[in-house]
Amino acid sequence: MPLGVMEMELFFQQIVNGLVLGSIYSLVALGITLIYGIMQLPNFAHGHLYMLGAYLTLWMMTIYGFRYWTAILVSVAALFLIGMLLERLVFRPLHNAPHINSMIAAVGVMLFLEAVARKLWGSDYRRLDSPYGEVISVFGVTITQQRVIIIVAAIILMIGLNLFLKRTVIGSTIEAMAQNREGAFLVGIDANKVSLLTFGIAAGLAAAAASLAAPINLVYPSMGAMVNLKAFVIIVLGGMGSIPGAVIGGYILGLAESISGTYINSEYKDLVAFVILILILTVKPTGLFAKEAR
Amino acid sequence: MRRHAAFNRASKLAVPVLLLLAAAIPWLTSNPYYLDIVVKVFIWTIVVNGMNIIAGYTGQLSLAHAGFFGIGAYTFGLLMTKAAMPFLPSLVIAVLVTGLVGSVAGMISLRLKGHYFAIFSLCVGVVLLLVIEKWESLTEGVRGLLGIPIPKIGSFEFASMTSQYYLMLFFLVLTMFVNHRIIHSLVGRTFIAIRHSEELAEALGINVMRNKIIAFVHSTVLAGLAGALYAGYIRFLGPDIASVEHSFDMLLYLLVGGIGTLWGPLVGTALVMILMQWLQSWQEYRMIIFGPVLVLLVLFLPYGIIGTLTRLMHKRRLGQPLTQKQAVERSVLHDQSLAGGGE
Amino acid sequence: MMLKAEKLTKRFGGNTAVHAVDFHIKQGEITAIIGPNGAGKTTFFHLISGFHKPTSGRLLLQGKDVTDKPPYTMAKMGVARTFQTTKLFAEATVIDNLIIGHRLRTKSGLWDAVMRTNRYRKEERECREKAMKALEFVGLPELADRPVASISQEAQKRVAIALALSTDPTLVLLDEPAAGINADETSGIAALIRKMKEAGLTVCIIEHKMQMIMSLADRIMVLNQGMKIAEGTPEEISRNETVIEAYLGGAHHAQTD
Repeated sequence: MPLGVMEMELFFQQIVNGLVLGSIYSLVALGITLIYGIMQLPNFAHGHLYMLGAYLTLWMMTIYGFRYWTAILVSVAALFLIGMLLERLVFRPLHNAPHINSMIAAVGVMLFLEAVARKLWGSDYRRLDSPYGEVISVFGVTITQQRVIIIVAAIILMIGLNLFLKRTVIGSTIEAMAQNREGAFLVGIDANKVSLLTFGIAAGLAAAAASLAAPINLVYPSMGAMVNLKAFVIIVLGGMGSIPGAVIGGYILGLAESISGTYINSEYKDLVAFVILILILTVKPTGLFAKEAR
Repeated sequence: MRRHAAFNRASKLAVPVLLLLAAAIPWLTSNPYYLDIVVKVFIWTIVVNGMNIIAGYTGQLSLAHAGFFGIGAYTFGLLMTKAAMPFLPSLVIAVLVTGLVGSVAGMISLRLKGHYFAIFSLCVGVVLLLVIEKWESLTEGVRGLLGIPIPKIGSFEFASMTSQYYLMLFFLVLTMFVNHRIIHSLVGRTFIAIRHSEELAEALGINVMRNKIIAFVHSTVLAGLAGALYAGYIRFLGPDIASVEHSFDMLLYLLVGGIGTLWGPLVGTALVMILMQWLQSWQEYRMIIFGPVLVLLVLFLPYGIIGTLTRLMHKRRLGQPLTQKQAVERSVLHDQSLAGGGE
Repeated sequence: MMLKAEKLTKRFGGNTAVHAVDFHIKQGEITAIIGPNGAGKTTFFHLISGFHKPTSGRLLLQGKDVTDKPPYTMAKMGVARTFQTTKLFAEATVIDNLIIGHRLRTKSGLWDAVMRTNRYRKEERECREKAMKALEFVGLPELADRPVASISQEAQKRVAIALALSTDPTLVLLDEPAAGINADETSGIAALIRKMKEAGLTVCIIEHKMQMIMSLADRIMVLNQGMKIAEGTPEEISRNETVIEAYLGGAHHAQTD
């Protein structure tokens, strides 16, 4: 095989890997940006909801013998409820308090969830076996089925979310409120109900992302921390509260990490996100997609 | 009115009494376990004092401070081990290097406002952590930096627990004295004006960016000092001292004690750290209890301990004007600008 | 000439908030800017105080080009301003709010503050004296030690003006200084503005209360939809057809809405 072809294959392989990574990042970032848009709350605990989602799927499969997709559904439903519970018990009462307080509350939630995970499932690294471990070949690029599933499922979820936001009454209410909370209040939108639902959806998305990613990564109590940080990098760059910003930013970061990991140095892969952020903000302090403030 | 005067006299006495008490602690207990906790409380209080200046008084919530703590610690540790430099010059250079890195980071990050700054600073913290962790040829990475020599001034070695205790006490008192002077000065008023309203501050001719950088650099200098002292005390360093969780810990100490109050950092750090030690025997249940306690705290005691106390004291003397000190100390959480979302 | 704006324009994205406005403020006069809601008055104020950078056009302060100067530099050059909402620190005392006003004329840094150097002590004394003098000027010396939250709306407006005065300005920009206060209090504020003029200050004011403006201003500029539609003495403005049209049009809209 000529060298050029091999290089091309390696390159496409990295593109696919980047899309897989990007799918996960986008789903997590979407949740954070939705919550920020509705509640102006940077939810630092979001990565830990992600972690909880992965464990629940693993749990359903190993203890109760659920099939992969059933387990994911249970996990997403559970996280939807947990998300709403957190909104109701922790973040809603803090809505009018100084922002720093809700950030601290998020840290409290984070510590709690991680401790609960350690208590229930121990600190070991666990593997979630996917029924889709087979390797397939698409246009000469070898790829496991699970990776294809991640990419496709993420796209379906995003289209679904978009339809929900555009086509349903409650969805468009969420969008209206993300744009203007006071205005939404004036036209009689129940802000509390919207916040509740948004938190549920965001947590559900995190659970879906984590369950999809679990077979290609490991499951452990602090697995959400780095994903969380990177999702924050994405929404800072994409504009906090912006939905397209989160999706595009997620894919860009996934691709950047995967490509630089191959061609530069995989040791520094985790640094890529933060270096990109610092470089861009040094040149353009308002972020990539921010509108000019009036 | 007489009670008021008596109260003033009492509060004037409080500081010397506290100092005497602090100086006497090694005489009251020789239990190294207790002394060790107090020494650690002092070290963390110094960095929390730094965080208080930028987050509490200037209103810019920085989550990078564990990273700066790490820079101070590693610069000190490397100078002591690899460059075999003496204690004091190592300490001074470590503090200067941290301040220098802080000024560069500040110039970039302080252009962002509100949550953007908070999250960006968090990322700066992660970068600092990753640099420490991955630059193995310099820092030894996750293997850790071993064998930092015992701090020595002249021929005096800070080998005993008691001597380390006094060393930390000295720097803690120095830190709090400096912060006290800053807070109750035109410089402190400038910081508070920025926290209160950046727009108004600009209109009053205050170079907001420049003053934010000054506050940020001062706060990173304190973080570097604490880090260097920590390195000299523990004499072993691993990258995890710079981890983001530590920044959250500091924020927690600050909030429990009372953000934007002079005594908040000390009270909060001491209380939480001692509580943690006490809960140590509960092992894995520790955080399961502590997480919800934290949430309850911000729900029901949002001004922290010192903040709540000053508010109560003010209520009892309702109708009397606030002194400047009280106004300074109890007002922070009323400012919307504090870590508030930018428009 | 105190301040001169040449073809000052500000666009936000596709919207032109202020369009090619020529404007000047004469030394020692009271100049007013009026116009219906959304006419671009506040944006124009932000432009001449440095809070917005103009998209195009030039701004001259006493002959010097200050087009791209940030607000704090404008303040140091003698341009003080107030805001529609007073932005005072409600929990602190009046005097503590005012002391920071003179900070821009001081030089003490961190070191001076920590060491309490002679310079520092002198400058702190100056700031306090300046604050007290400004408070006396606006007629509220007895409120010095009261928390801002506990004083009346009108007193807060006066304190906000005192804060602007403590910066040692030559030109004071007042953004709706009489909004939200009653007729008696309004005439009190008007008297204060006149007193500022007598003390040699140049004043520029945005205000909705027409009666107050007509009796107070030496010259008026009228903005509508970001453009200057008239300029002149109060008499000239009150007779100007375009102005009447704009205002009646606005009133008409307000009624049908």
